[in-house]
Amino acid sequence: MVVNIRKLPDRYYIMPGNAACPGCPETMGLRYIKMALGDNVVLVIPAGCSSVIQGIAPRSGINFPILNIVFAAAASAASGLKAAFEAQGKDVHVVVWAGDGGTGDIGFQALSGAAERDEDIIYICVDNEAYMNTGIQRSSLTPYGAWTTTTWTGKKEHKKNIPYILISHGVKYVATASVGYPTDFIEKLQRAAKIRGFRYIHLLAPCPIGWRFDPGLTAKVAQLAVQTGLFPLYEYINGVFRLSPIAKKYKDPKKRKPVIEYLKLQGRYKHLLNKPDEVKKIEEYIENLWHLIDALEKTFTAEGGKGEAIYRSL
Amino acid sequence: MEERATKVLLEEPQTLFLAPLSRPALGSVGKTGTWRTMRPVVILDKCTGCKICWLYCPENTIFMRDDGKVRIDYEYCKGCGVCANVCPFDAIEMVPEG
Repeated sequence: MVVNIRKLPDRYYIMPGNAACPGCPETMGLRYIKMALGDNVVLVIPAGCSSVIQGIAPRSGINFPILNIVFAAAASAASGLKAAFEAQGKDVHVVVWAGDGGTGDIGFQALSGAAERDEDIIYICVDNEAYMNTGIQRSSLTPYGAWTTTTWTGKKEHKKNIPYILISHGVKYVATASVGYPTDFIEKLQRAAKIRGFRYIHLLAPCPIGWRFDPGLTAKVAQLAVQTGLFPLYEYINGVFRLSPIAKKYKDPKKRKPVIEYLKLQGRYKHLLNKPDEVKKIEEYIENLWHLIDALEKTFTAEGGKGEAIYRSL
Repeated sequence: MEERATKVLLEEPQTLFLAPLSRPALGSVGKTGTWRTMRPVVILDKCTGCKICWLYCPENTIFMRDDGKVRIDYEYCKGCGVCANVCPFDAIEMVPEG
């Protein structure tokens, strides 16, 4: 289903005057949730920037009912909420809106547990690649070479690949999205809303403060991550894997933009720019990433080429 | 007795609020327009009303005018410049504030 931007009504998808920094990708993402799923959503937010964006009580900057919860319990709290709504006979989308630390590090046991139990919730990881709220500390999802306040010479390890881990759990729906491609993200949310069971969306959210770039470039950096092949967009529904239409052409290495274009926009990679060896390591990482995608594409195919039909029907 | 217990459980719960609940409202941290150092200005001759800036605006401060072009709510716009960067027609210009 294709989204028509022009037909979406003019209304408050997020409340202006919230506490987000200028150019914040999280408020962009929260707007797209409301555009895709409407008002029938309850958010579960573990500690992170989104807890702060709400602003000062008795006002809230986010236009959703919210349960603020501790890091380690986001997915479990959402499971309980969904069970309570089911008991009351209400059909509500329970959406977890967690950062990369709340997903990959601290909240991982609850996430893994909820995925294994196949709880009927949508889990969205807003990946800004570090603990931005507490002052840009490294997380397990910080990419290789990136500066943070705890890796001041650049991180030495590669990024943990949470979407693959979730595919290995055998959940109903896994997708990656980027705030640079809103229509793609909205489509994925609408597709996820039609499926019952555990659904996971990994949303890339470039943070101007932590990644050290101009706040006006948020959308551009998010697009460049996809165009350089660093962040492939794909979907996995019930054992059928496919690359998203936007990202399909980046399968060919010649069509990808050079990764240096993405790196030089960001101050966190400043020390890498005159070190070709380090840039080469990032290029190798991209190659490996696409080998893995190739393998996933070959492994998770529908019988008789029915895969496309499944995507079109949702 | 047992039947009654399940019935009570399924009824709408009577929630006791010990702390005031926050409700969505404009300006939860005040008039954020004062944060701005650069002001986005729409060049109306170039604007086609494609709504791309409206889609990307992180603050929800871009609205449609009656004539199909966009206007910006300067009371809350934080001046990040995302709209000026995504506009395909260069119809939004960033000018220094003050």
